This record gives sequence, structure tokens and C-alpha cells, in this order.
Amino acid sequence: MPIAFPFSAIVGQDEMKQSLLVAAVDPSIGGVLVFGDRGTGKSTAIRGLAALLPKMRAVVGCAYGCDPEASAGSLCADCQDKAAKGIKPKSHLVPVPVVDLPLGATEDRVIGALDLERALTQGEKAFEPGLLARAHRGFLYIDEVNLLEDHLVDALLDVAASGENLVEREGLSLRHPARFVLVGSGNPEEGELRPQLLDRFGLSVEVRTPEDLPTRVKVVRLRDEFERDQPAFVAKWKRKDGKIRQQIETAKAALTAVAVPDQTLEQAARLCLALGTDGLRGELTLIRAARALAALEGDTTAGVPHLKRVAAPALRHRLRRDPLDESGSTVRVQRAVEELFPA
Amino acid sequence: MITGHAGMPADQSHADPRPGRAGADAAASLISPWEDAALAATLFAIDPAGTGGVALRALAGPVRDRWLELARGLLPAGGPRLKIPLHVSEGRLLGGMDLAATLRAGRPVAERGLLAQADGGVVELAMAERLEGATAAHLTAVLDSGEVVLERDGIAARSESRLGVIALDEGVGEDERLPEPLRDRLAFHLDLARFGIHDTEVTIPWGPAEVAAARARLPVVTIGDDFVETLCGAALALGIASLRGSLLAIRVARLAAALAGRDQVAEEDVAAAARLVLAPRATRLPAGEPAPEEEPPPEPPPPDPDEGQNEDEQDIPDQPLEDMILEAAQAAMPKDLLDQLRAGVERRSRPRSQGKAGAQQHASLRGRPIGARRGDPGPGVRMNVVETLRAAAPWQIIRRREVAARGLTPKRVEVRRDDFRVTRFKQRAETTTIFAVDASGSSALHRLAEAKGAIELLLASCYVRRDRVALVAFRGQGAEVLLPPTRSLVRAKRSLASLPGGGGTPLASGIDLSLLLADGVQRRGGTPTLVVLTDGRANVARDGQGGRARAGEEALAAARLVRLAGVRALLVDTSPHPQPKARELAGAMGARYLPLPYADAGTLSAAVQAVAG
Repeated sequence: MPIAFPFSAIVGQDEMKQSLLVAAVDPSIGGVLVFGDRGTGKSTAIRGLAALLPKMRAVVGCAYGCDPEASAGSLCADCQDKAAKGIKPKSHLVPVPVVDLPLGATEDRVIGALDLERALTQGEKAFEPGLLARAHRGFLYIDEVNLLEDHLVDALLDVAASGENLVEREGLSLRHPARFVLVGSGNPEEGELRPQLLDRFGLSVEVRTPEDLPTRVKVVRLRDEFERDQPAFVAKWKRKDGKIRQQIETAKAALTAVAVPDQTLEQAARLCLALGTDGLRGELTLIRAARALAALEGDTTAGVPHLKRVAAPALRHRLRRDPLDESGSTVRVQRAVEELFPA
Repeated sequence: MITGHAGMPADQSHADPRPGRAGADAAASLISPWEDAALAATLFAIDPAGTGGVALRALAGPVRDRWLELARGLLPAGGPRLKIPLHVSEGRLLGGMDLAATLRAGRPVAERGLLAQADGGVVELAMAERLEGATAAHLTAVLDSGEVVLERDGIAARSESRLGVIALDEGVGEDERLPEPLRDRLAFHLDLARFGIHDTEVTIPWGPAEVAAARARLPVVTIGDDFVETLCGAALALGIASLRGSLLAIRVARLAAALAGRDQVAEEDVAAAARLVLAPRATRLPAGEPAPEEEPPPEPPPPDPDEGQNEDEQDIPDQPLEDMILEAAQAAMPKDLLDQLRAGVERRSRPRSQGKAGAQQHASLRGRPIGARRGDPGPGVRMNVVETLRAAAPWQIIRRREVAARGLTPKRVEVRRDDFRVTRFKQRAETTTIFAVDASGSSALHRLAEAKGAIELLLASCYVRRDRVALVAFRGQGAEVLLPPTRSLVRAKRSLASLPGGGGTPLASGIDLSLLLADGVQRRGGTPTLVVLTDGRANVARDGQGGRARAGEEALAAARLVRLAGVRALLVDTSPHPQPKARELAGAMGARYLPLPYADAGTLSAAVQAVAG
């Protein structure tokens, strides 16, 4: 594994960092899409996040890394059997999986397929879990998501919505849990994303190259320092990364305790109404993201200030396309926020 | 061995930390372009992976051979050097299952792909201007992460791969060039077209020994903060958006210092980096107006390089140095690039990548597998070997027993006809709608606005159908492609909004150019649909001369070519009252005729869809 650039050493790009942290605190938000210019550190941020995520507890020997505390419904078949027999599974701490879905991956590796080795050598029909299984409870990262082959997108769409991977191939018939945070990055110039896939991402972030000299110098200097001596650089930023890890852990624990007053719900609904977003997903994401942000910042109540800050990433990709409106969706969200919540 | 370094002027700047403009001019004039090309080859050879590589734009020929020979001679001995052909399969590039070995061994055997094999060496990409988006994306992933991640054919593996890329770009036109994402990651962009073979007869003062010494020195070479700032500032002033440009320039400055035997980057190293890395990436001239941006200015307006760097009092300390670097960069720019920048023409880096993007999308669609199924291979169906093996796999033990029971020797793998699996590829011919817009004065400005509105609605429906669109405008003396085929709705809207009106009606040129685009689409296996918006009153002939009669005849002739080419077309008459001329033109074109006065956006959209089928 190559050494990742420390998350805390990323200069600027606050919206991207905030969105990734929010998604890490509450996986049910449904992932982050990072779209933007070349060379803005999109993949860097995601790999950096992977390196600092707090560990999670998983059942020993479970191919899917099941949560020992989970209810029976969200366990894999093996763990369900054990739970039904009343066996208390042993558990251990493992790193949260951050799985790459590289371009050029084949369907069998993504969904899982017949274990060829065992089939050939022992004549056994066994299932070899794929990337979706490995990403369970963690992150599935797709770089250049807009270049992903259509048939892989199809496979992903269903799983990302249902949290379950259904395998019906080569005489295999099984299902296993696959709940993951979908993280995608790409450059919009190379093609747009299918609307259905766009909708699977809870948050969407636009990144731009910084335009001012001091920021650019800072970015380049840090990057250069990192490349010259990676271990030393990582050691230098270890404490700051550790602080963020602590922040995520605390926020995760505090998440359920964060109050969402009726007034916040009402304001979220008004904002979505004003923007004309389709369905309830936008509203739900908005509220969840505001709550996760409140938890991250140690607040006990999610209020309008939190809403305002997550409004753009939660809603900008859910607006109806209007070919006659020149202004981008970010501007439209900002406008609506300013109208509804004057400072 | 020859001493001294021809690529770098004699070291005198140490004494005076900030030489003035004269120094910069001298530095620029001392350096012959071929020596710079040779210097790039040398610096690349010192650290192929660190520089990413070289985008070498040249036709095959002795000059390119000379350059490659030079680079190959300096590369670390024993490192792999692999050539990657244009149509390399994903399996060969990334690796996958080695079928021959799998059959022999009776268990899955992985095969290393070219990218993994090239670890520690160099790959040469042939005809890189035609590289597919997906292939380029695999390369950029390896350049970024230094490893090949494989998830194919039931095999999951990661293998380290640090490599440098030599992309042999043989493109001639503006639109033919290396995919932008890959180009961005390669430090050196060289254009050898300007050299003749006699230019290359310069003795290069470095040999493998110097290069090896530089390689050893590289880890200790440091660069001062002010130089980092200078290079970043110069990049900004030259309108280089991607931060990779600055980062690569710093690495190259360090390489230049290592080659010169210094532990500290000096000014001439910075100048070399500016010439080699920054100059070819420039999108505007530092002193001039910022080139017209296509995007609306971002929230904090980009600092004007003119005021920000050169006139502000607070910036005084760095100014002369940065000026010098900028001048060095400018001196290294090829003349045509300079002229372009000077004319205020933004280098069409975006449209170019857009055009490519269309092609990439198309490539991924062309072979969209819709799953494997049982069946015999035949026309239009291809045997899927891995799936066939998979199907056969579970039966091996039983079949071997059967075969043995019949007294025969079982093969390693017993495949029966029942196991045959074929992949079906769904040929989804992609539709590209080409809009040819008459923006002449006769088409009257108010009609143009309506036409724009109609096109925008059509664009929206194209987006829904995920078609590609292209835009041709004709007015005044001739026609131009405003937008090569793209899927980006945003770009289409922008170029439409900025379309000016007025002038004559060079209808024939407009139709010719659209037909040319349509032809390109057909060649790539797509289906073009032509939508011409005009009032049909041609008054400018192909050669730019006025004259209604000739212009009209030429327009009709051009229209007949459209029919001959079998391109489906729709002609929207934009005149206030339907014109017989336009109807006649539609007839010659074999196009459906639709007078705009009666057409609302809905009718129009339905008509295009009907034509597109």
C-alpha cells in the first residue's frame, strides 16, 4: 500500500473535507461525489480519509466483516445461523475498509462469483465475495466515476440503494449485506454522470483549483515535502490526523444524542420546497448532514446554521435541470439559502 | 567527456541573486531549442517516474528517432522498456487470468499486465493521440498511486509500479492530441515538429555517467522557498490552472540542479523548469489581458497577474526574478503558440478535451456487454473464454472420472459444448445531433434569439437521451465549429449564448462544415443527425465572395451532398414567413422541412426525435 497524504495537511477545499467527514460520521447519508478540476486533490483527500478512520469491531472470520452488535437482519447468512443458535461470535478490531473500484474491474470481481480455484481443484461450488462484499460497512471509492462502464453502474445502483447484494450467476444463488458509503470523484469535462447514479450520492461537492498565489504555494510546498520524505511527513502530521480521528469517533458516539428540533425540520422543508427538489431524499439528506455536522462540532442541537452549511452539498445535484438558467446549481442553492435565512 | 553544460548558461547568477531583464534575455538566447529538447530527455532519464514522462508530439521520423535514441541511451540500465500499442486490451494492460497457464496447471494462474511489468522503467505509448479514455485513465491511476490495482477475471492483486511514460503523439490537427488528464501528469510537453534533422547535430554534454551521478545526488537537492514561490507565481501568471504544473516544475528544477552538480536549486534551474514545464502549458501571456475565460469568474475573482504581480508595491522583492523566469518561459514558447496567445485566443484546451471526451464515451458504449449466455460463437457473438472456463470448472472432477472410466486419458480441462458461453455486445449507435446555425444578418437578430431558444430546448432533450451534440455557426465570410461533438450540456449552452449575429450568409460553407463533422461521427460508428437553422437566403459563396446566384447554387450543391452521404437532416426555416428557398434547400438535402413560425419548442423537439429515429 502506498503511503497516503495526511488528510489534515490538505490546504483549503473545506467543503470537500467537511462533506467527507460528515459521511464518515453518518454512513446513512449515502456517500459523497467529488467533481472538479484536474489536480485539486480529489483522490488525495479520499485516500487521506481512509488512513485516519477509526477502527471498527467485526466478527472474527466473517468474510463480510459483520458487526457483532448488529441486528439479525443485517448480518450475513453465516453470522445469522450462529446468532440463531445463540453462539456469541468472537470479535476483533479491524480497519474500516476503503475499497477501490478500479476502472477496468470486471463484473465478477465487483459482484462476486464462483470461486474458480476451489471449483477447479476441489470441484466445489463456492462463492468468492467481490468488491461489494469487501466494502461492507466501509467505503467504496470510484475514481473517474464518470468513465465507469455502464454495466458496472447498473450493478452498483441496485446494491447502493438496497444495501444488499443479490448474486444469481453460475448456479450460485445467495445474498449478502453490502452497505457502504459510495465515494466517487471525477472531472465533469470527461462526461456527465447518469442521473440515477448521481442520485445515489448523498452529498456532492465541487472543487476548484485555488486561484490565489499564497494558497497555491502552500499546497505545492506541502506536497513537495511529502514526496521527498513520506514517512517523516506523515509522522509530522500524525497528531493533527489523530485529532480528526478523535473528532469522528466522538461525533459518531454523539450522533444519536443530537437533537433536531421541529423548527430545523421545518426550515429544511421550506428550503427544499423553494428549490423544487424532487422527492424526499434531499430533505432527508439535508437533515442528516446537518445533524452529523452538529455532532462533529460538538453541538447538541442541529439548527439553521448547520443547515446553511450543508445545503449546497446536499442539494446542488438534486435540482431540476433548467437548460435556460445559466447560473449553476450552486448559485441557485446559495440564493435560496440567502432568501430564506437572511443573516 | 565534454565538460560544461550547454543547456544551462555559465553559472554567474549565484553572485547576483537578482539579475535584471538583460540577464534573462541572454539566458534565453543562449539556449538552442534542440538543446532544450535534449535537456528534457536527460532530466526525464534521471527520474522517469518522478517526472511522469514526456508528451512527445512529432511525426515518426529521424528527428523523433534521434530524440528517443538519446533518451533510451540515458535511462537506467536494466530497467524495463515496454511499448504499448494503441489498441492494447485491458487484460494485457492490467493483467488478469493467464488462460494458457490456467489450462496447463488446472487452477487459476494470474498474468501480470504490461503496466505491472514496466515497474521501475518506461512505457512508450504508440499513437498516443488516439488513446482511448479508459486506457489513459489506467495510466493516470498508475502514475498517481504508483501501483496497479487489479480486479479482473476472479483475480484480485495489487502490484507496485513506478514508471515513466513516453507518449508518442503523432497528432497533426488541434483536435488530435493526448487525452488531457494524462497530459497533465507528464512533466515535459515537447513539440519536435519545428526541428530538422540538421538541428539535432548538437553534441550533448551529458552521458550516462553524469545522469547516474545526478540520480544519486537527487535525494539531497533542496529548493529554496522563494524559488517555489517564483514557480507557482509564474504558473499562475501563465494561466496554468492545474497545480500539477507547478509541482512538476519544482521537481524538474531539482533535477536540473542535480544534473549540474548542485545541492541547491539555482536560478538557471528554475529558468530551465519554466522553459520545459511551464511554457508549453501556458494558456495566456503574463503581460497581456487574461484570455477570455469561458467560465464565469469564480467567487474571488482571479488575481490579475498584471496588477497582482508586477505593480503591487508589496511584491517588489520577487518581481525581477519572476519576470526573468516568465521571460525565459516565453522565449521557449514556439512561435505559433505565442501568436495565438498574443491574439488573445484562448488555447482550446477545453474544447479539445471535450472532443476527446465524446470519443471516449463512445468507445465504452460500443462494446457494452450485456452479459454472457450459453450459446455457440457466431457472427456478432464472441466466445467468452473465461466465462466458458467458469462454466466448465465445477464439472472437472466428474468429467475426468467419466473420461477415465472410458479408458481415455483426461485432459487438463474438459470442456464440453454445453459450457460454451458467448458475450453479446449491444451495439448502441450513439446519436450526435449537429446544429448548424445561420447567424447572419439576414437571419435577423430577433430570429436568432428564437433559434437559440429552440436549440436550448433541443439540447435539454438531447441530454435526456444522452446524445452528443455539436454546434456549427456560419456568418460573414465562413463557417466555424463552435463546439465539437460533446455530451456536456453546459458547454453547449455556453457556446450558444456567446454566439454573435450579423454579416452575410455563407450557407454552402456552413453545410459543408456540418457534413464534415457528420462524416467524422459516422466514421466512429455513430449516427449523425443534422439540424440546419436558416432562412435559406444564401449570399456568400464558398470562397467568401458575395453574390446571391452563385451562393444559392453552391448551397444547393452542398445540400445534395448531404443527401448523398445519407445523413438524416432537419431544416428549420427561421425566416418570419416561410421561404420557398429554404423549402427547396430542404428538398435537395432530403431533409424534413419545418418553418419556425409554426413551430413551438415542443414540435421542434418532436421533429428532431422523429428524424433521429
